Amino acid sequence: MEKVKKTVKWLEKIMNLLFLACGLLTILFVILITIFLVISGIPAIRNIGIFDFLCGTVWASTAAEPLYGILPFILTSVYGTCGAILIGVPVGLFCAVFLAKMAPRKIGGAVRNVVDLLAGIPSVVYGLAGMILIVPYVREVFHLPDGANLFSAILVLAVMILPSVISVSETAIRAVPEEYEEASLALGATKTETVFKVILPAAKSGIVTAIALGTGRAVGEAMAVMMVAGNVANMPKLFGSVRFLTTAVASEMSYSSGLQRQALFSIALVLFLFIMAINLILGVMTKRREQND
Amino acid sequence: MTENISKTRKIRDLILNLLMVLSAGMICCLLLGLIGYILYRGIPYVSWMLVSTKPSLLRGTVGILPNILNTLYMIVITLVIVLPIGVGAAIYLNEYAKNKKIVRIIELATETLAGIPSILYGLVGMLVFVQFFSLGTSLMAGALTLVIMTLPTIIRTTQESLKTVPRAYREGALGLGAGKWYMIRTVVLPCVIDGIVTGCILAVGRVVGESAALLFTAGMANELLSVPEALQPGNAGSTLTVALYMYAKERGQFDIAFAIAAILLILTFLINMSAKAAARKLRK
Repeated sequence: MEKVKKTVKWLEKIMNLLFLACGLLTILFVILITIFLVISGIPAIRNIGIFDFLCGTVWASTAAEPLYGILPFILTSVYGTCGAILIGVPVGLFCAVFLAKMAPRKIGGAVRNVVDLLAGIPSVVYGLAGMILIVPYVREVFHLPDGANLFSAILVLAVMILPSVISVSETAIRAVPEEYEEASLALGATKTETVFKVILPAAKSGIVTAIALGTGRAVGEAMAVMMVAGNVANMPKLFGSVRFLTTAVASEMSYSSGLQRQALFSIALVLFLFIMAINLILGVMTKRREQND
Repeated sequence: MTENISKTRKIRDLILNLLMVLSAGMICCLLLGLIGYILYRGIPYVSWMLVSTKPSLLRGTVGILPNILNTLYMIVITLVIVLPIGVGAAIYLNEYAKNKKIVRIIELATETLAGIPSILYGLVGMLVFVQFFSLGTSLMAGALTLVIMTLPTIIRTTQESLKTVPRAYREGALGLGAGKWYMIRTVVLPCVIDGIVTGCILAVGRVVGESAALLFTAGMANELLSVPEALQPGNAGSTLTVALYMYAKERGQFDIAFAIAAILLILTFLINMSAKAAARKLRK
């Protein structure tokens, strides 16, 4: 009897430790990723000089006298993301309001299925569709020599951020207490006025979360953008071939070496810092929302 | 009632309503158009030859059997590794953890992992698994990278379904003298099996759709690999998504790219449906 108890106790202890180890593994992964990105990203920045690296406007990594300025990539990522947000968020928000407040149950369910499916489509499929459908169309409509440019990338990114924007802001809209709506309706506002003047302001922090999430997705997207943005290291122009932070890392990685390779890791570090900043905003927003509840 | 409203308000209402319906309609048309176009372009090229052979330069034929197999290997290896870790972490968070601070930190770490873009995973996977652990560009390195990527999904879904298990179950088992691990194994885990299945389906969806993280970890090779070969370090292999990218971007063979895209779309559809079915079962 005593013996059985002892083995059971041991087993309990071991399992407890095992589960704790599983939990701690997630922390370890985050630390691992951070350390590897920082260690491999620092040397090139040191070598090139942080100012020349971040603010240099010319990226010529394979030239005889190579220049490593990543301002074009940073600006392209910022412009591209802003453009995608500018197009994607209004459409997503209108759709979220429709789903939460207006749609009959059956239609709402169908649209929600559509949104879920959009979220599941692999990014290379978006890229392929962009390459074949959007790029030639953009070229023809705007009379350009090549349709693979920032504008096409923005269109593809706008579609890709829709699912996260819609589902998060729909949840936020649904979380607004019904009393707000009833009070507004009782005061004589129409249903639509109520939605846009009472409910949306009340769901503000949730909507900001949705935008931050969409921003994160747009900044981090690589493959689809690689297929439609043209991938030339120019300063961003709406109808010029451009390269994003993500695609800058991906496009030269397979053949790079030496300082060029190190510089690619530094770009990844910059991208990582961008993402961490967005995550931080997201965390603060979620915390504030939890406190409000 | 409605007559009392001024004309400008009425018009504004109408416009806003119209915009709402238009947005939702546009999104639906977009998806239908996208699916329709890809199936239209891709399905004619999906043949038995394509899915059952490997590419041959000699005969000038293209087959995607290696890519299909690689995708399967990738799914299986990833799930086998990520499931115990993810479920274990969720169990720790929900059942064992007493220290609130540790829970908060682990949850923060999980959220952080979920927010990191896949291209960065690919880079870190290359640095850590391919170079540091010298696995070489291989399916194993790719799968290990995907383990870190899918971990948050598994943890979150398991944790959510653990929360739905009534406390009375646990108290009952503990009251009867069961040890904590015994209680979890025999009472709690059987209750959350649906949640774990949902997590697995979502993870499969991520593995199937992933490309950026695999480009530099699992490589771009199109060789046919047997099961033991797939587990060995150094054997590179591209999944369907990576193959699509290569055919479309590097070689300009759009017919094959569209055929792969059609297959991927059908897979996505199936995965979505089964995730929905599992979630519905879970709610019951």
